[in-house]
Amino acid sequence: MKRRSFIAGTSALFLGACSKIADSKIGSSLLHAADDWHRKAHRALSARKALVREYSRADISPFFRGNGSIDVDTDEYRAHVANNFADWRLEVRGLVKNPMALSMDNIRQLPQRTQITRHDCVEGWSAIGEWTGPQLSIILNAAGLLESANFIVFRCADTLSGAQYYESVDLIDAMHPQSIVAHQLNGENLPVINGAPLRMRIEQQLGYKNPKYLTAIEAVASLDNIEGGKGGYWEDRAGYQWYGGI
Amino acid sequence: MKRHALSTRIWHWINAVSVIILFMSGLNISNAHRYLYWGQSGFSPDQAWLAVPRFPGWATIPGYYSLAGARDWHLLAVWPFALGLLFLWIAMLTNRHFWRDIRTSPTEWHPKAIWADIADHLKLNFEHEGAKYNFLQKLAYGLVLGVFLPMMIFSGLAISPGFEPAAPWLVEILGGRQSARSLHFLFAWATFAFFVVHIVLVVLAGPIRQIRDMVTGGKE
Repeated sequence: MKRRSFIAGTSALFLGACSKIADSKIGSSLLHAADDWHRKAHRALSARKALVREYSRADISPFFRGNGSIDVDTDEYRAHVANNFADWRLEVRGLVKNPMALSMDNIRQLPQRTQITRHDCVEGWSAIGEWTGPQLSIILNAAGLLESANFIVFRCADTLSGAQYYESVDLIDAMHPQSIVAHQLNGENLPVINGAPLRMRIEQQLGYKNPKYLTAIEAVASLDNIEGGKGGYWEDRAGYQWYGGI
Repeated sequence: MKRHALSTRIWHWINAVSVIILFMSGLNISNAHRYLYWGQSGFSPDQAWLAVPRFPGWATIPGYYSLAGARDWHLLAVWPFALGLLFLWIAMLTNRHFWRDIRTSPTEWHPKAIWADIADHLKLNFEHEGAKYNFLQKLAYGLVLGVFLPMMIFSGLAISPGFEPAAPWLVEILGGRQSARSLHFLFAWATFAFFVVHIVLVVLAGPIRQIRDMVTGGKE
């Protein structure tokens, strides 16, 4: 028992020092800078258009777990579900030459990409699914990004603990060939728990960077004035890393 | 000549701090999803080969459950850890520390010699003539430096989706992303087991001299 309290005491001292460092200005900026170094290292080590692995149908998980928001609790959304999302619109706006509002039919008529990929949650688990939809790059090129656009913000219909879900990526991830606006999972229309009718797939990043219930794609110059300013719901709310590639 | 080279001493302490932070923040991350799987995917307890116990706050960084906070620490400490290990290997191979002190010879693998070594350890006889380290020490240091710590880095890279396009083969040779995650966990505990034995033996062999020599270098 004595040894145990010694270990616990030593660990408390160490933990105290760690929390002092984390709370200090230099400490917290160092902790956040490390995330940036990982992003830069990943980018330096792989070609821009290098792909994550794609699997075969045999690898598909029997059930694709829904996590985070698994429904949207509004009458409006329930009406969309009842109506098979016939009136759902995906807005493309912000720093683009031609703002657009795409219907589900518009999205289905674009060239499609189907990919069987692994979804990795920040918690640690993985599920494999087959996603189908147009590449985000096709939509962004059609809208015509302005020179001043640096980030793409994804707006969502769902709320968690009263705040609107949103996410963002830089243009490198937005223009990646495997970044698609998925409307199908495993050959069927997206189930509600997985983000019906539209979900972003950003395959080189963790699950929270793959927002569901997509309502708008917004090109912006900076993330500073968007919601909490950190580029995403979990980033604002709990300090999650903006670069979710690790 | 010093007992420990400057490069070894600098690495030792940077590594000690990094590994402790990585291990304790890793326990916090483990609490986020306490199931381990083999293969590429897995997300529910019925697919798991192991349900990991929940680690208490005094053993984790931060001292309360925070996946975001623990990941901050983990992703920071991995830089001095990985670059430090690379530095040590370059230093060990160039200053001959590896070839002279850690590499084993075939005769040392003879069962009789190994038994004699174990018997010496059990008698707490830490005098060994000639070579700097006895066989068990060489084996332990060789395993930690050559297998456990590098495996922590490789399995960690393999569970990062953003690293995957750079080296998809890494995920494959480790048996899939969830296998890599299981290996990350197993090698973390293997490293912890070494840490415990290392501390116990330092205490038994005379902790003040051992720690002093790892700071000042000591005398051969």
